[in-house]
Amino acid sequence: MSSYFKCNDVSKTYPKGQMALRGVTFEIPASGIFSLIGRNGAGKTTLVRILATELMPSSGDVFIDGVDIIKDPDSIRKRIAIIPQEARAISWLTPMQTVTTFLLYRGMKYAEAKARSREVLKELGLTSVADKLNRTLSGGQKRKVLVAALVASDADILFMDEPTTGLDPISRAELWDILSELKKNKFIFLTTHYLEEAERLSDRIGILDQGEIKAIGTMSDLRAMVPKKYSISLIDRDHGSVEIENNGSLMKIGSRIFVDDNEAYVIARDLINKNFRFSINPVSLEDIYYSIARKEIGGEEGVQD
Amino acid sequence: MYRTSQMAASILVNAIYAMKNFPITLVNTLLSPLSFLLVITLASHGRLLSVSVGGALIMSMISSGIGLQGDLSHLKNDFKLQDMVVSSPTTASVYIVGMAISEIVYSIPAIAVLGILATIYIHTTVLGVFQIIAVMVLMFSFSILLGFTLATITYDIIQSWAFSGIISTLMSTIPPVYYPITYIPMPFRYAAYASPTTYGAELVQNAIGFAHLSGTAFMVDWIILIMINVVFFIIAVKKARWREV
Repeated sequence: MSSYFKCNDVSKTYPKGQMALRGVTFEIPASGIFSLIGRNGAGKTTLVRILATELMPSSGDVFIDGVDIIKDPDSIRKRIAIIPQEARAISWLTPMQTVTTFLLYRGMKYAEAKARSREVLKELGLTSVADKLNRTLSGGQKRKVLVAALVASDADILFMDEPTTGLDPISRAELWDILSELKKNKFIFLTTHYLEEAERLSDRIGILDQGEIKAIGTMSDLRAMVPKKYSISLIDRDHGSVEIENNGSLMKIGSRIFVDDNEAYVIARDLINKNFRFSINPVSLEDIYYSIARKEIGGEEGVQD
Repeated sequence: MYRTSQMAASILVNAIYAMKNFPITLVNTLLSPLSFLLVITLASHGRLLSVSVGGALIMSMISSGIGLQGDLSHLKNDFKLQDMVVSSPTTASVYIVGMAISEIVYSIPAIAVLGILATIYIHTTVLGVFQIIAVMVLMFSFSILLGFTLATITYDIIQSWAFSGIISTLMSTIPPVYYPITYIPMPFRYAAYASPTTYGAELVQNAIGFAHLSGTAFMVDWIILIMINVVFFIIAVKKARWREV
């Protein structure tokens, strides 16, 4: 039987009364990359901390491969590892020492941990800084050191809470490559508020808003949840501020319109006849996110500025 | 075997690697307990040297707890190490024992120097040596339990620094650790007994022959030290937040 995650009516209210999760229920296969997206304060970190056995929910059950991790967290801790949000590589250690100690905490013998650390730091291109203090590394390198610790571990379920926040585009792209490789052998539960990142990396995506799961599934599943399947954008610069009226919708330069198959054909032909330059694409995760979280796509007013 | 690895991880992170990468920390750990010893010895024209060495040993033990609460808070709040360890096969007790040992390892330079001074300047019986060692063990366990309890309720390094200063003053500066309790004027002497270190210091001073406790006072001091450890153990177990609620 393949691995799976099952959350059943998980709620969390913090001692001061703040309700972070409201009856979160979902079941997903534990393979590839699952991205949980949502705005700041949506409850992503709370959910990850519960799944990683750091935090008790106020109510509900969580099962990983049939193991009740709320009642029996020790049974799953050998299989999981996490980079928490705001985690930093300890400043007075070197990358080599950081990864080695992480592996020791996971029960590996010292000699084995050192050898494995050296191997993984090499794989991630950190050999040249392996013996420098973490505090002297760049932000991207520091983040890679933490990822290296997870990569080196024997855990097959990895939680990463906003691992690319604050990284420059190149460092982020490097991390994406690492995660894409890593997902071949391990399950990665990722939280992010970069929608492009989630769309590019994920096999499955969940949208969390105000403590509730609003949608969950593959990109195809999510696209099926919105009534319009394509977006058309005017990219014409020659016409300046010219507005055109088409199919009942008012389009401006730089704006998008969401349409179904038939509308797409009609509007595209019309725009070609009027000599406008435009692009037509399947709706993106960003479009779907706004649709589900804000209910903006699909109605007659379906133009997003 | 893997429990040993897990304890070693804490010792490496919090002591060995810190000392290896920043050797200046060795000087700091060495100087802290010696500073008061020097001042008291000079002020008493050497008369309180043996008492001060005993006091410095007690302060070393208390410093472990002060260090532990600061280090645990720093690692938990600023690096999220504890969160990473919670989601691993390492248990709370293994993590804490490892961290406690790391504080002792960190104090080894000071303990070594104080041990040499104690051998030279403290003249006592074999039974007295065992008593001093027993007091140090109880002082160490008390300070570790106190440090651990405080670390669980600390959310910022600023709080942690404040706790460090308060504990240090209340446990090893104000109480008669480096000098006999008889030096404190009578109405204030009772206040000194609010600190567990006072009982430890009395027993050490009794063991080296500087103070002479009655049989009853001797027993009471031991019972109080043991009871304080039991109480703080219960508080630490109840207050400890490994998996947050």
